[in-house]
Amino acid sequence: MKVSYYPGCSLHGTAKEYDQSVKAVCAALGIELKEVEDWSCCGATAAHSTNFNLSVALPARNLASIEASGLNEVLVPCAACFNRFKSAQHHLAHDDKLRGEITKIIGQPYRGSAVIKHPIGVFHDDVGLDRIAEKVVKKLTGLKPVSYYGCLLVRPPEVCQFENYEHPYMLDDVLMVLGADVKQWSFKTDCCGGSLTISRTEIVNRLVDRLMTMAREAGANCVVTACPVCMANLDARASENLKLPVFYFTELMALAFGLPGTSNWLKLHMVDPTPLMGGLGLI
Amino acid sequence: MKTFLEEVNERINGVPIQRCYHCRKCTAGCPLAFAMEYNPNRIIKMIQLGMKREVLTSSTIWLCASCETCITRCPNQVDIARMMDVLREMAIREGIPAKEKNVLSFHQAFLSCIRSRGRINEPLMMVNYKLRSGDLFSDMGMGIDMFLKGKLPLISPKTKDLKAVRDIFEKTK
Repeated sequence: MKVSYYPGCSLHGTAKEYDQSVKAVCAALGIELKEVEDWSCCGATAAHSTNFNLSVALPARNLASIEASGLNEVLVPCAACFNRFKSAQHHLAHDDKLRGEITKIIGQPYRGSAVIKHPIGVFHDDVGLDRIAEKVVKKLTGLKPVSYYGCLLVRPPEVCQFENYEHPYMLDDVLMVLGADVKQWSFKTDCCGGSLTISRTEIVNRLVDRLMTMAREAGANCVVTACPVCMANLDARASENLKLPVFYFTELMALAFGLPGTSNWLKLHMVDPTPLMGGLGLI
Repeated sequence: MKTFLEEVNERINGVPIQRCYHCRKCTAGCPLAFAMEYNPNRIIKMIQLGMKREVLTSSTIWLCASCETCITRCPNQVDIARMMDVLREMAIREGIPAKEKNVLSFHQAFLSCIRSRGRINEPLMMVNYKLRSGDLFSDMGMGIDMFLKGKLPLISPKTKDLKAVRDIFEKTK
């Protein structure tokens, strides 16, 4: 299986362990990735908050490039990029006038044929839990995660086409196959505050503290996410007494698959996960 | 002349917001409501009452984090998240200063970075934000920590076809 790969800006910076672990897990599962040719930023919250046409045109340029490459399926690990890609495609599919305007703005043909996928969907549905189970060489025994999806992967449901958007289970399923004792909680899709983390930090502190309190109440010893913005906030904005280690789900997949690199990624986290993982004999 | 309500509905280009029957489900689920000047459903009512100035100068429109919980749960499919985008865009176009000026400064710094490089370089974007906001020293410790972990590369690849990216900015002005 060969697909296009859109890392987005975070995965080349603060979320580099996500980029590296996605690539490692894909390689182990026989998924070949080809980076989107000369990609540019999706525009994220800044574009859609200030300029609608810009917020559609920036993803459309990348989608057009994906279509032209012939590899129509694109893997987008960042939940924010995933959401902007899906939203642009949705708007362009439902508004012919907009589509005409945007095609002129990006100066290249746009067909709307790209298939936008997030790794969790690919691993859970396309690869399947059985094949993931076959790859596990080290069960994550003793790890008690809560899964945290955040907002942009699941909402709005008609755009993201995510099943069970109020109580998703894909991450839980994968983590259970890895041998983790997944805890249930009702905060899987509650917002972490997103980009307000820079401009209104104290609001994000409050939202993250609530998430960490609830994760602890559920009996979790760590939180697992699939979004670089959630990761940055959960990992850096919790009060000292509430902090829990936070992981990208792909780091835990790589660890359970026995792939090299995991310990280097864990060193990049703000909340040091090594006491927990060392104590459980997982690293 | 169009009313404020007509203007907002035209820009949303979807379900008219007067379909709202104020069940307050949006406000009940809004993670930012505690910090907002007016709750989301109150903003809808204010638009219907033509309170343009009060809405566009409020903190609410800038504190919405676009988590999309409201539109997900609205029984009438009123796209409140999109409405907030529309209100922010109207405030900018009409030159109304943002009540949450750092939120807008962050968006501007972010877009300025895309315009000049095609991609976000996080350290350069943060410097741009700090100069705009005047908030020079917050998060310095964390920034240094991340830099030492190699997570904030000062040099990162740009989009090669920068002209294509700049054209997009020019044509969407």
